[in-house]
Amino acid sequence: MSQGFLPRIEASGLDAWMLRLFDQIDESNLAWLTALTRQCEQQLGSALVDLVPSYTTLLVVFDPLQMDPDQAYQQLHQLLENLQPDSAAIQGRLHELPTWYDESVGPDLKRVADKTGKTLEEVVALHTGTEYQVFALGFAPGFAFMGLVAPDLECPRLDTPRQRVPAGSVALTGRQTAAYPAVTPGGWNLIGRTSASLFDPQREEFSLLQVGDRVRFLAVDRQTFVSEGGDPAPAEVESL
Amino acid sequence: MISKGFKVLQAGPLALLQDAGRFGVRRQGVTQGGPADLHAWAWANWLVGNPWGTAALEITLGGLSLQAETQMTVAVAGADLAATLDDQPLPLWQTLRLEAGQKLHFKQPVQGLRAYLAVAGGWAAKPVLGSVATVVREGLGGFDGQGKRLETGDCLPIQSAKQPFEQRQVDASQRPDYSGLQRLQVLPGAQIAEFHGRSLFDAFNQEWTLDQRADRMGVRLLGPRLTCRLGAMVSEGISLGTVQVPPDGQPLVLLNDRQTIGGYPRLGNLTPLAASRLAQCLPGQKVRFQAQGRGAALREYQAFRFSVLG
Repeated sequence: MSQGFLPRIEASGLDAWMLRLFDQIDESNLAWLTALTRQCEQQLGSALVDLVPSYTTLLVVFDPLQMDPDQAYQQLHQLLENLQPDSAAIQGRLHELPTWYDESVGPDLKRVADKTGKTLEEVVALHTGTEYQVFALGFAPGFAFMGLVAPDLECPRLDTPRQRVPAGSVALTGRQTAAYPAVTPGGWNLIGRTSASLFDPQREEFSLLQVGDRVRFLAVDRQTFVSEGGDPAPAEVESL
Repeated sequence: MISKGFKVLQAGPLALLQDAGRFGVRRQGVTQGGPADLHAWAWANWLVGNPWGTAALEITLGGLSLQAETQMTVAVAGADLAATLDDQPLPLWQTLRLEAGQKLHFKQPVQGLRAYLAVAGGWAAKPVLGSVATVVREGLGGFDGQGKRLETGDCLPIQSAKQPFEQRQVDASQRPDYSGLQRLQVLPGAQIAEFHGRSLFDAFNQEWTLDQRADRMGVRLLGPRLTCRLGAMVSEGISLGTVQVPPDGQPLVLLNDRQTIGGYPRLGNLTPLAASRLAQCLPGQKVRFQAQGRGAALREYQAFRFSVLG
């Protein structure tokens, strides 16, 4: 990343400023980013259009007809000067995602085991043994990038992405993990499937997971998975 | 009051309902959507007396035939898609009165890529996540709420408007020439100094050719290979018109349906009006980047927004 003092406010078009707080991914970034996100919501009023928090940054999108970009810059500068991180007490909610770990719905479970030198049971134990944080949402509605996956479970992405990853698929790559909210293409290693509904336009909060939330995967058997609404149809073992 | 509007006799490759876009939900991974050419979309609505933000039909490439099912006031702005009204050439950039039974046909691009069809009172569709903007990839918005593009046989309802017919015309000075070389204004971005000197010179002094890979997510440009001291970056939010440069050195300009976050170095951002003009370019067409300051870009945008008021 470019040199310079942090935090920084960077140009990002006529209607946005990029607030860069950190230069690398760390779980302790989140308390600052969630605090900043909330401050922007409270202070920018009706001129605020969108906020996109990610691992190290917050993109602030505003209406340049309502708020002059220079004025927005000044206000954001002020917010950064007085920023305090969120305390543990107001950190994100904890979600438990019931997940059926099985080769039929997690066709890369064995690949991950082979690449990491673990048994299938050890892979599941390692994946369920960590409480993850949501660093960013993107790629698709409700798709949450979570981490950090145990170093022992690090596994590269597939050489060729799948054309069609089933909804609910639980996946990992590198030190990140995620669950696919809807059918999309995808290149991560599929190791199971959750019955949780991750994105629903009918729900008040459309996305189940939000930046700053914490997530645990709970291993459940097929019966529990199905009774909680999970779709047990096997994933196609294509590698196109 | 919702009433019958049009019947789709032939759907064509891509026709989508677009309001100003879906806002406030980008942090949930939901893209912006909205008209790829904000400029033409806004003028189409102005012609029929609709307020800013009213949905209009974005017709890409043509191939679309519609039959009016009631009397209504409409306007078409943007690309010249060789449109006809009952087999007679349809005038663009002006208000038109349609009678039930009349047929609109958009054939193929003559100049530009996307035409906007606005109806007085607006099209009738239920918002999803606060917007009717159609995003096929996300399955959101449109007439069915699930992101479906227009299909042959669809019946498109409208909000019936009671206002009297008022003839309007967009001044010739406001109608862009979409053909030939387009000069696109770029606001320099934070990583611009990370590009190598030669690349920076090339970026703003060479011609760029639109690739076949051009859609509502983004447009790839072919030309000299741009190199940057930065490799991949940590993913971060992407604003409209971002010019990002992946390792292959060919810039990708990100438009309305872009993913919400991404991690390639950025030269800067097209201004909103430059992004609109890029959205009218066809594969093979040439563009040039022109650096612009924030003040000038803001004044142009304010002038545009003021001109399409009321």
